[in-house]
Amino acid sequence: MLTTIYAILFYVATLTFVGGIALRIKQYWSIPAPLKIATTPAPTTKRGVWFRMFKEVALFESLFKSNKWIWVFGMLFHAGLALVVLRHFRYFTDTTSLIWVWVNWIQPFGIYAGFAMLAGLGGLFVRRIVVARVRYISAPSDYLMLLMLILIGVSGLMMKFVSHTDIIAVKQFFRGLMVFEFHPLPADIPLLVHLTLVAILMIIFPFSKLLHAPGVFFSPSRNMVDNPREKRHIAAWAADLEK
Amino acid sequence: MSEQENIATTSAPTVEDYLNPLARPELKPDSMKDLHSFEASETHQEKLGFPGELVDDWHDVAIAKMGDLLTKYRGFRVYLDSCVKCGACTDKCHYFLGTGDPKNMPVARQDLLRSVYRRYFTTGGKYFPKLVGARDLTEDVLGEWYNYFHQCSQCRRCSVYCPYGIDTAEISMAAREIMDTVGKGQKYCNEIIGKVYDVGNNLGFPTPALKATLESFEEDLEDETGLEIKLPLDKKGADILLVTPSADFVAEPHIDGFLGYAKVFHAAGANWTLSSVASEAANFGMFIGSYENMRKVSLRIREAALELGVKRIVFGECGHAWRVAYSFLNTLAGPFDFLDPRYPVPQHICEYTWDLIQKGELKFDKSRNDEYRLTYHDSCNVARATRMGDTPGGQFEIPRNILKATCNYYFDMEEDTIKEATVCCGGGGGLLTDDLMDLRVKGASPRMTALQNVRKEHGVTHMAAICAICKSQFAKVMPKYDFEMDNILSVHQMVSNAILLEGAKDPDDDDDDDDDDWIPPTPPPRPPRGSAA
Repeated sequence: MLTTIYAILFYVATLTFVGGIALRIKQYWSIPAPLKIATTPAPTTKRGVWFRMFKEVALFESLFKSNKWIWVFGMLFHAGLALVVLRHFRYFTDTTSLIWVWVNWIQPFGIYAGFAMLAGLGGLFVRRIVVARVRYISAPSDYLMLLMLILIGVSGLMMKFVSHTDIIAVKQFFRGLMVFEFHPLPADIPLLVHLTLVAILMIIFPFSKLLHAPGVFFSPSRNMVDNPREKRHIAAWAADLEK
Repeated sequence: MSEQENIATTSAPTVEDYLNPLARPELKPDSMKDLHSFEASETHQEKLGFPGELVDDWHDVAIAKMGDLLTKYRGFRVYLDSCVKCGACTDKCHYFLGTGDPKNMPVARQDLLRSVYRRYFTTGGKYFPKLVGARDLTEDVLGEWYNYFHQCSQCRRCSVYCPYGIDTAEISMAAREIMDTVGKGQKYCNEIIGKVYDVGNNLGFPTPALKATLESFEEDLEDETGLEIKLPLDKKGADILLVTPSADFVAEPHIDGFLGYAKVFHAAGANWTLSSVASEAANFGMFIGSYENMRKVSLRIREAALELGVKRIVFGECGHAWRVAYSFLNTLAGPFDFLDPRYPVPQHICEYTWDLIQKGELKFDKSRNDEYRLTYHDSCNVARATRMGDTPGGQFEIPRNILKATCNYYFDMEEDTIKEATVCCGGGGGLLTDDLMDLRVKGASPRMTALQNVRKEHGVTHMAAICAICKSQFAKVMPKYDFEMDNILSVHQMVSNAILLEGAKDPDDDDDDDDDDWIPPTPPPRPPRGSAA
């Protein structure tokens, strides 16, 4: 029964997550950016733009200029999350195969990454409550999002340190879902909390501010080449005005 | 509100102590909520193709317009979706720093619109509005948009500091475009655009008056230099079309900058002209987020260039005009394949002058500017929305290089208030109007504080700029901050003072053997000219 519910939940979550983000990317792609509005100084070549975007996504360059506290907490959370997600590949892949052998090498870092994630999230949450300017701009969903991520992290770490789960069975469950075979899911509370919240996260992702993840790549102030004089830039609807 | 009530009684802080120009204020909710600049009349609106007054079905029209903009401007959609409310931008807006009103924090300003976007265009907002901070578009909300989107000068400082580059200027432009579409426009911007259509420039300065003014400037130049320096208007077959802000013809210190360009053209032996059709560099169509109006204004430049048969277009010292010229002119009024391909289209007068300086074609006597201990204000549109020269950041270096070539005493203000971090003068984006004087004075506070600091540290006496709005704004607000209104100068004014023109008269004929050291005569007192505001 439990297995059935979570099987359906994860199919729905995966479809919504992947499909939703794909549709959103398609939408952003199809909307033109009719005017050259890169925030200058801006790169004058495409390669330069790639490099600028890389610095934003990997190093949070603008955020670093802006506010060191948010940068530290944001970096801890995102870097932690990245490592944790990569570490979790062990539950979905055959780690003996050559393509996935690297998943084994990440395992020791996963734990520290988990704590880093929580430290970052905790810092961001405290900031949102304590700093008047940030409190002013926060809606309930902003607090709830952080709390949800924190609970995911806490429940995950609990399974490592407090209450072990049969992770072999968990792996069999998920690997089974990928080929439409249904193996039983252990009925442990931390596991179920963890999985439920992750599913919810996946479902709300394409409807929430988490869209900043694909969004940043489409931000005209960051992804446009500064060459308006050298090359005429004109959107289809603007060109129509000239007809 | 009368002008008297609008002018803030800001007492200038003493220069004794160093003050942090970017100090975060206490939150003062609603402190600026009643600041309402005059609305445009029916005539002003209709001239621009907008409804003369608020239409009956304004709510539906507004939502439909928002939907339309969401399909035409990628930035609009992406910026509204991507904000994670991190707060990085909250302390970056000069209007927030100067007023303390939290709705002047960039994210909060965007949220005035984002909350409505979420309500009508997102799943979360449609079904769980209170959860995600979504709200209906009511008449109160529309009023709030009007008041607060006219407290944004579209300076883009926030976009530098946002992790995703979210640009409140784009939201502000969209909001004003939506408001214009339902018949709620701002008098200042819309009246001015109307003047461009009727007369050719923002000031409504008609061609005969322009012609007379140019003739009078020619006389002044002859008195000063002994040389015949012509200021051509509508000269067919000229090589260079100069497009400059109309303020350059009527206000100080703008005029001195204009005379500086004329001397540079003279020294270069350039064949140049102004145009009565394109007698305005500024383009307020950008401020109101109206692609159609912005395009219509800029097409006048194309028309003038074609009619006069010029080979190059050069823009004078104007901030947002340079943004439109550099970033948008090719898009709006191009292609410019009929111009000389050896030169970028268009060029800035600073690029033109610096080019000549690098080639050694201009000679200066820097000591003529020794009475000025100078700093330079990076105007926001130039800093964050354009380039000069070939390398990114040229827009910072080139004006400074010109100043250093013409003056002995130059000092920068503190690093986090200049270049890409420059703080807006407080008068840009359609806010240079007396009905917003309270905002203008408060918004200038970060820049004025930085200037006071550099006065204390280096004895700086004057500040140069290359934007007509900045010059007018500073001339008005500097006295409130313990400066004189003539402490703001044009960059090409420094050029004009120091330039050594061949054959220029040397009034000091006595014991001076060295004919190259020409000392300018004391100019006769000029009758006061009106400000450009």
